[in-house]
Amino acid sequence: MIVAAVLGAGPTLYNNLAFLTTLAIYILLAQGVNIVYGFTGYLPFGFVGFFGAGIYGSSLAIVYWHVGGYTAIGLGALTSVVAAVVLSPLLRLSGAYFALATLAASQALYFIVANESWTFGESGMSLPLIFSPTALYVVAVVAVTVTLIVVFYVRDSHFGLSLRAIRSDAVSAAMAGVNVVRTRTIAWLVSAAIAGVAGALWALMTSAFYAETPFDLTISVYAIVFALFGGVRTVVGPVVGTVVLYSLYQYIGISNPQYFELIYGLLIVVLVLFLPGGLSSLVGGRGDRPAWWNRLVRHRAAPESAPEVAP
Amino acid sequence: MRLFEYALVSGVLYGLFYGFIGVGLNLLFGVMRLVNLAHGDLVVWGGYLAYSLTTSAHVNALWAIPLSIPFSLVGGLILYLITVPRLRRAEDTETSSLILFFGVSQVLVALATMKYGTNQVTLPELGNPVMIFGQPYAASLVASASLAVPALALFYFYLYRTRLGLATRAVMANEEEAIASGVRVRRVATSAFVIGIAFAAAAGPLATFMLGGINPTTGGGLTITAFTIIIIGSLGNPMGTAAGGILYGLASSLTQAYAAPWTGMVPYALLLAVVLLRPSGLFGRRVRIA
Repeated sequence: MIVAAVLGAGPTLYNNLAFLTTLAIYILLAQGVNIVYGFTGYLPFGFVGFFGAGIYGSSLAIVYWHVGGYTAIGLGALTSVVAAVVLSPLLRLSGAYFALATLAASQALYFIVANESWTFGESGMSLPLIFSPTALYVVAVVAVTVTLIVVFYVRDSHFGLSLRAIRSDAVSAAMAGVNVVRTRTIAWLVSAAIAGVAGALWALMTSAFYAETPFDLTISVYAIVFALFGGVRTVVGPVVGTVVLYSLYQYIGISNPQYFELIYGLLIVVLVLFLPGGLSSLVGGRGDRPAWWNRLVRHRAAPESAPEVAP
Repeated sequence: MRLFEYALVSGVLYGLFYGFIGVGLNLLFGVMRLVNLAHGDLVVWGGYLAYSLTTSAHVNALWAIPLSIPFSLVGGLILYLITVPRLRRAEDTETSSLILFFGVSQVLVALATMKYGTNQVTLPELGNPVMIFGQPYAASLVASASLAVPALALFYFYLYRTRLGLATRAVMANEEEAIASGVRVRRVATSAFVIGIAFAAAAGPLATFMLGGINPTTGGGLTITAFTIIIIGSLGNPMGTAAGGILYGLASSLTQAYAAPWTGMVPYALLLAVVLLRPSGLFGRRVRIA
């Protein structure tokens, strides 16, 4: 709720709607990664494939069927979910195999879209203006709010508990009666739908593009690192991570991309080595915090009470 | 028919080079379950070393191959000491290493952009085209392929004819049992890491010839190609990588000859096909629980 309120008040704080809408889109993507990676441990390196599927699903619906904006967003999400169903056999893999296979799938999708004429691969896509920038931003804020509610549900519900159980030990979870395959697949489809909505919003905002941008792997990587930086398996973490890092990108990444890339690369290394739980692990329970942080910050050290020994 | 023959020969020549690129990556994954996403960028840095040598010292680019070894030994050792001990204690080493080395890759790309700019860098051709079965092939292509063969032989020698190689294979097969048999795992892991990186950098000058030039972002695609090859040739079986490389080279050059716009899709389509149909690879003896 607080996040939604802050996003709603966004334009009065910083009047750049294109930036704020892109920020909302990245928050959606980071939350999508949060659901797959955070709760199931499967790293979707090719997550951008769902984003691209959403972009092309909604755009082609607008171009061929002249649908309205909301229908286009719905169809974008549907396209991503269909893509996720097609790719669900990848969930049989794990670890690096899964990460690289999703990457390969997203790039295969890119080559199909870029080489076919019915997807306007060579001429590029161009869409009519459907939403005004303000209206689109309002839609994006609503989408983020709904997504945050979904993540709240995933975190606290019985479903989320099953996901955590699978993540820590799939075999034991199955023996405890959790339907491993179904639970994992649902999480996969939900995150694809979120990415599809993000893609549709991006298409409506950008309205003219070639296939390179919708399937650019850096989008996956940004979403993953934004989520990790804030802290996965939390609701607010990915939002904070996105706001901080995307603002940093806006500040130096556009004028000096190589310096941003350098900082970004070093940040990833430091994050994995010293802060695997992200920023939110610093404010979480003592057990979640990294050991070096506990050594640095003394949290009301219990007074050492020497056992009283009777003389 | 001549087109087919040309595609076949150049496929094998490219394949040997791709095998050379893949072996180092497979070693890192096989021994430590580390997913080195910076592998392609290390290859590219090897290529830049060759470029610097030819432009500033005016010597043959191939001298960069032996020269890259001291650089990669020192650099690899530093990288190992900073990252690996902490990574091995992580909850999920494999996925954490993937993210971490992606960060390393970004740093390498950024540094390359700062030093060499974003334009494509090329090396001068080595000599007149070589005739094979009556058709001409670029001298650099033939030279690269024929240098990949001794490199692969050297790798085979290290892994199957030395004590260190024996210990390395023991750790690959089962780390706990290797420790129990008195193998000094940390020493083996360190050498495997450094050797893997040295092989990546040494392949760099050849990559500059084979790919018709390099730029800072060439590495990403190379990493994916290398992963496809090692998965085809089975993870943890470095010599399968050589065969996987040739298979990939053939698939790629045949697509280039008959369906050129789809060439870029070959590594991705092959990778998907292999992980879904036969995740243990073509030469896997034991099935890895994928």
